[in-house]
Amino acid sequence: MNSTATMVLKRLGLGFLTLIVISILIFVGVEALPGDLAEAVLGQNALPETVAAFRKELKLDLAPHVRYVSWLGDFLKGDFGNSLANGRPIIDLIGWRFANTIFLAATAAVIAVPISIILGILAALYRNTLFDRIISISTLSAISFPEFFIAYILIFLLSVQVVVFPSISNINDQMNFWEKIYAIALPCITLTMVVTAHMMRQTRAAIINILASPFIEMAHLKGLKRLRIIVLHAFPNALSPVINVVALNLAYLIVGVVIIEVVFVYPGLGQLLVDSVSKRDIPVVQASGLVFAATYVGLNLAADVFSIISNPRLRNPK
Amino acid sequence: MAFFKLIRQSPLSARIGLIIILINILAAILAPVITPYSETEIVADVWAPNSIDNLLGTDNLGRDLLTRLLYGARNTIAIAIATTILSFLTGIIFGFFAATLGGWVDQVLSRIIDIMMAFPTLIFALMVLSVVGTSISALIAVIALLDSTRVYRLSRAVAMDIGVMEFVEAARLRGEKIWWLMRHEILPNAMPPLVAEFGLRFCFVFLFIAALSFLGLGIKPPAADWGGMVRENAGAITFGITTPLWPAGAIAFLTVGVNLIVDWFLRLASGLKD
Repeated sequence: MNSTATMVLKRLGLGFLTLIVISILIFVGVEALPGDLAEAVLGQNALPETVAAFRKELKLDLAPHVRYVSWLGDFLKGDFGNSLANGRPIIDLIGWRFANTIFLAATAAVIAVPISIILGILAALYRNTLFDRIISISTLSAISFPEFFIAYILIFLLSVQVVVFPSISNINDQMNFWEKIYAIALPCITLTMVVTAHMMRQTRAAIINILASPFIEMAHLKGLKRLRIIVLHAFPNALSPVINVVALNLAYLIVGVVIIEVVFVYPGLGQLLVDSVSKRDIPVVQASGLVFAATYVGLNLAADVFSIISNPRLRNPK
Repeated sequence: MAFFKLIRQSPLSARIGLIIILINILAAILAPVITPYSETEIVADVWAPNSIDNLLGTDNLGRDLLTRLLYGARNTIAIAIATTILSFLTGIIFGFFAATLGGWVDQVLSRIIDIMMAFPTLIFALMVLSVVGTSISALIAVIALLDSTRVYRLSRAVAMDIGVMEFVEAARLRGEKIWWLMRHEILPNAMPPLVAEFGLRFCFVFLFIAALSFLGLGIKPPAADWGGMVRENAGAITFGITTPLWPAGAIAFLTVGVNLIVDWFLRLASGLKD
């Protein structure tokens, strides 16, 4: 058990290192701007005094590594600085939007994970039958479709042809839980469809991989019942790859949410990020990018840690 | 003739994929011949319904939608292919170098790639584009760079396997230079997996560019491009007008086609397992 702890700690350390490097990259990326942020924001015609004052406010007059450390320090304390576009503190902009993004992604995950695992296992068990063919063709096309295609088809069918759900998912604090769920129904269905397709294909592949191993064949040859083989022999071994698949897809979900939020004008972090990129509101881009990256790296890390814990071979490397 | 034999033995799904790709290529090449209008010509009212003159109706500025779709095929596919080729050149060169040189070159390159892959691509692209600004060359460079990390992984792994074979060892002992080794010994043997990967990466790049254009950060109007067309016409959907579904459908159509071919190719390469 001791070696497991070291492995997990090592992996956590690596994840932490990745985050540090990413934060440096994000910071250096802005440094690489032609001119500097002050000129980019204030324009060519700004008075030198204005530029100097602005640089002072943004601490642009200090050395890069000093600024990096203080930027990261502030960031960890939850002080993300102010937006260039409207001067409001970034934490106010990001906080509730990130909560909204998590709410949407989590709702989609709660629906998608059980569906895709069950369908994936069924497709693997009944592989090369009509059921499997239908599932594999429909998931292949769902993967090929751009997210916004599925989204607009759903809008067209469910909010224009038949008015069931709203086509714009506006949510606010006054709404109760069910009103919110109703408001995000369409983006949630879209995300569920996209992520289910991915997750199902990978689950199917993982299970087929297990079913092809010699010990399953052995169990068959011993004359065990099919159900017993699946529950006692295949399932425990499939757990690790399946957990991995789920965690990776949750990471994908967090990022895939960006486009869906834009389609449905959902007040989430992705929408904010895209808006800020077109306005070139760099501090907001930095902050929301770092929040996205941290979530993504965290989920990938969780995937790795779970697969280390659930796989004895990884737990005790030779 | 081997090509025709291969086609004759191909499953139905692969043939459908081939036809889809052919339709798209023809549309891209023959766009000026097929349609009487020019790419940015305003021909009728905004979002006019379909008629003899405008088979699919018109878009948000009154331009012929079919014309825009055909020209969009040109821009969208050309940029996606350019990006994929650039990403493959970068990925393969670095991957082969890492595999044949080994040692610290391999270590440094692989760790850099690991970190780049730990970062979600869409977010990475958005951040870089926010700094360098959105232009087609920036778009191609950023996406190619992000995508080459995946190509690097594959070509390094494949080249590792080939690099330990006897014939490579023989060439090494003969005193061949590393560049010659990569071109004459490793590349020809690494082709099959790389070709299948090319199809997959093309789909990914194609969808990625479409997504960025849809977000308003890709190919700039007035040039026609499928992702951008969805964005421009998105407002129509709430009036029950299907205009944005056409370019979005075109994206889906081509991606399904390429995926069907890749599926078939992979099954051929894996010797009909699974």
